[in-house]
Amino acid sequence: MNTVLFRTVQTDRSEASAQTVSFDFEGRQLHAPKGITVAAALMQNQVLHFRDSPVSGQPRAPYCQMGVCFECLVQINGVQNRQSCMTTIEEGMVIRMQQGQTTFTVIQTGEEQ
Amino acid sequence: MNVAIIGAGPAGMVAATRLASRNHTVTVLDEQPQAGGQIWRNITGATTSLAGILGPDYAAGASVAGQFAASGARHLRGATVWDLTRERRLHYLHEGQTHTLTADAVILATGAMERPFPIPGWTLPGVMGAGAAQVLLKGSGTVPATPVVIAGCGPLLYLICWQYLRANVQIAAVLDTSSGRDIFQASPALLQGLAAVKDIRKGLSMINAIKEKKIPFYRGVQNLQVRGEASVRSISFEHQGQTHELETPLVLLHQGVVPNTQFTWLLRAAHDWSETGACWIPKADQWGRLHDLEGIYLAGDGQSIAGAQAAVTRGELAAMAVDAQLNPAQAASLDSRSQPLLSRLKKDMALRPFLDAAYMPKRENRIPQDDTIVCRCEEVTAGQIREFVRQGCMGPNQAKSFSRCGMGPCQGRMCGLTVTEVIADQLQIAQEQAGYYRIRAPLKPVTLAELAGASDSEF
Amino acid sequence: MYNTEIIVIGGGIVGSSVAYGLARQHAKVLMLDEGDVAFRASRGNFGLVWVQGKGYGFAPYTRWTLQSARNWPALAQELTERTGINPYLQQPGGFVFFTNQAEMDQRQQLMRHIQASVDEKYDYTFMSAAEVRKYIPAIGPKVIGACYTPMDGHANPLKLLPALQQGARQLGVDYRYNNPVEHIDYQSGNFIVTTRAGEKYTAKKVVLCAGLGNKRLGNFVGLHVPVEPNQGQVMIGERCAPFLSYPTMHVRQTNEGTIQIGDSLEDVGYDDTTRLSLQQAIARRAIDYFPALADMRIIRCWAALRIMSPDGVPIYQESSDMPGAYVVTCHSGITLAANHVFTIPDWILRGAAAQTIAPFSNQRFCNLTRDPS
Repeated sequence: MNTVLFRTVQTDRSEASAQTVSFDFEGRQLHAPKGITVAAALMQNQVLHFRDSPVSGQPRAPYCQMGVCFECLVQINGVQNRQSCMTTIEEGMVIRMQQGQTTFTVIQTGEEQ
Repeated sequence: MNVAIIGAGPAGMVAATRLASRNHTVTVLDEQPQAGGQIWRNITGATTSLAGILGPDYAAGASVAGQFAASGARHLRGATVWDLTRERRLHYLHEGQTHTLTADAVILATGAMERPFPIPGWTLPGVMGAGAAQVLLKGSGTVPATPVVIAGCGPLLYLICWQYLRANVQIAAVLDTSSGRDIFQASPALLQGLAAVKDIRKGLSMINAIKEKKIPFYRGVQNLQVRGEASVRSISFEHQGQTHELETPLVLLHQGVVPNTQFTWLLRAAHDWSETGACWIPKADQWGRLHDLEGIYLAGDGQSIAGAQAAVTRGELAAMAVDAQLNPAQAASLDSRSQPLLSRLKKDMALRPFLDAAYMPKRENRIPQDDTIVCRCEEVTAGQIREFVRQGCMGPNQAKSFSRCGMGPCQGRMCGLTVTEVIADQLQIAQEQAGYYRIRAPLKPVTLAELAGASDSEF
Repeated sequence: MYNTEIIVIGGGIVGSSVAYGLARQHAKVLMLDEGDVAFRASRGNFGLVWVQGKGYGFAPYTRWTLQSARNWPALAQELTERTGINPYLQQPGGFVFFTNQAEMDQRQQLMRHIQASVDEKYDYTFMSAAEVRKYIPAIGPKVIGACYTPMDGHANPLKLLPALQQGARQLGVDYRYNNPVEHIDYQSGNFIVTTRAGEKYTAKKVVLCAGLGNKRLGNFVGLHVPVEPNQGQVMIGERCAPFLSYPTMHVRQTNEGTIQIGDSLEDVGYDDTTRLSLQQAIARRAIDYFPALADMRIIRCWAALRIMSPDGVPIYQESSDMPGAYVVTCHSGITLAANHVFTIPDWILRGAAAQTIAPFSNQRFCNLTRDPS
């Protein structure tokens, strides 16, 4: 993405939150203010491609920001299809795009059980 | 006597505060981490300067939130209610666990949502609701860094422009689908609305602010189309007979808000189709008590769109009625005690008829062309729905089973109104006759493990 | 007054199958359906084309089911070619899982008995967990074995219904929607069907395919139809990458990738008065079978409706008081769709296959042909 799409409003320096968190998105180390949603955290880092539709593979991004549209789905810490606009960003979160259909890791338990 | 309130916006907070002060055991379940709902989102966390950008109506939420916090009502943050039965049993997800609780009275204060805006290209990354943009602004101070095109109609459109100007956000253009003619034709309703002179002045000052900044402001635009491949590249429209195309990576769309009716449909409550609002209105009395159900009330924008002030009044009314339900001694005086609130509500809602008339979303933006996606989750187009209707499908539920529209995770929130209108329009029948999706639990997806591991929690 | 050859009452899977089948035989058919809000067992079912376990103690039902499963591929092909709507039939065989030895032993007995009672091919295998894992790697450690039969399969019921309706319409069936039937009169060999809107339709034959509605309608035409609703549960999970290529009795993956989880008629002991609700029990069992599904999201749950006769076996009966009135009712409308298209219409039109149909007569319940109440 070449254009910077999003920024945060200028606030008084005295109000500025000193707390930021760092997190992983698709292998990139990113930062965001503590306490905001995962969706906002990604958008502040100029991410606008959150997932691919499981029906057609078309790219999708958040639309409603209030938990109604289910477009903002990402994988967070291994759990798929989480509404990023309804989840607060946390230190160390590992976030992946939700690409296509949900997948499973099948653990082979072997013959003796 | 225990009361469950779903939603911690203006109506929910006020109802909870009142009922807690009447010594009822009140539990408020809200999906967000902080109280405030959408209109007062992040009211407890917003900085002074952010509140300044958002305006005085937003700041007014602080005292309501403060009283709620001190009320003694139990506030379950991040709780998603995924089932509610007519017997007032709720299933909710909280901190990864499913719980059940049964209440003597339930108040649904789940508010409103942005009306869908199905135009070509509306599913592209870079298109968002104007309300969504407001959420980003309120919750995290996030704003566009590049000039943004804002399209649609309604008071919220002007509000976000005004807020963005205060935040020094560049607005590339405002594409208003309403026109001076709409305002003129709606103006008789202003006579009723004269009580809301303050609101009218506020609205006008917002529009003036836009004009003062010389932002390109097109009125009466038609044939909106968003273009792009992997994301938004431009938006085209027609204005006074000419076609325009504006290059932009970001588009905000808005054409009003509508009551969020997932719960009332889940409960199989009766609904009327509102011609003036082009949306479903659950049948309820003046206290918000749902018809044909016992002990379940609506409060706030879920009753009909009326804004934060009316939501506060409605929260009071619902609380009064719930208290009378649980304290029969209070029942006899309910009517007389409600009169001042009802008068106040009338004033709170004085401008609504005008706003509804002036900003009725245009037909082409509610009943789209054939190749426009109607169901975003399953990517079903208006044309596909029309084809099924031609093949004998008579309602949204058959359309759902034939095309999968409405079967995705949003369970019809983004497409339900459109599908009802497309089918009704095609068959030339009333929207009530066409009906609406059958809504089922879980209202929001829960994992199999969460469903399996429900535990009972009683007061 | 509207006069036609046959009136089919009910436009769900059963009614549409019968109407389509009759039209294939060049009958003139009117199909009347209640509307979008009807109980719609057709929208609530699981989609199995299932043979194993059916007809224990009622061999004709086992044979009837085998016949339909055998003829289903022809139905699927014909519908796809005629209407362009593919019901996505797949018959790779199906599995029933066991989590304890008692379950497995019980099933062994059941299958042995059924096999012995029919004198046609009825193949099945009991597999160990390790063998099952070769077909279905995703099964969990609690599964100790399974019963597999090559006869089982599944289809997409949400495609089957429109395919049948479209095929019916193409063959000239007059499909009138939003027309609940109020009552049926009988005069000199003619049936007069009156709808709630007050419209009247006449024909020499009328076929009741209205699910639970058959009970009430049967009274008008001298047919005793003792059906009751039986509620099961269906859960739909989100679309998943393909991981389950065989239908199993409680869990299957649809052609669209969504996961369906349900209960079956054979489930007993899910007592609603215990703390666990039926849905939770089903969810836990699905996790026992497929631990990976624990994190899968459930998009929708609902009560699925089965139209149950007292013995769970279909009722096919012509009225003796008012010949020309028929009832066609079952709880396995998907599995039996092929028979309802290819065989039942011959019986209705010409009395063919009488010997095959005879065991399904309602005479087996009692000697009354009228509801005593």
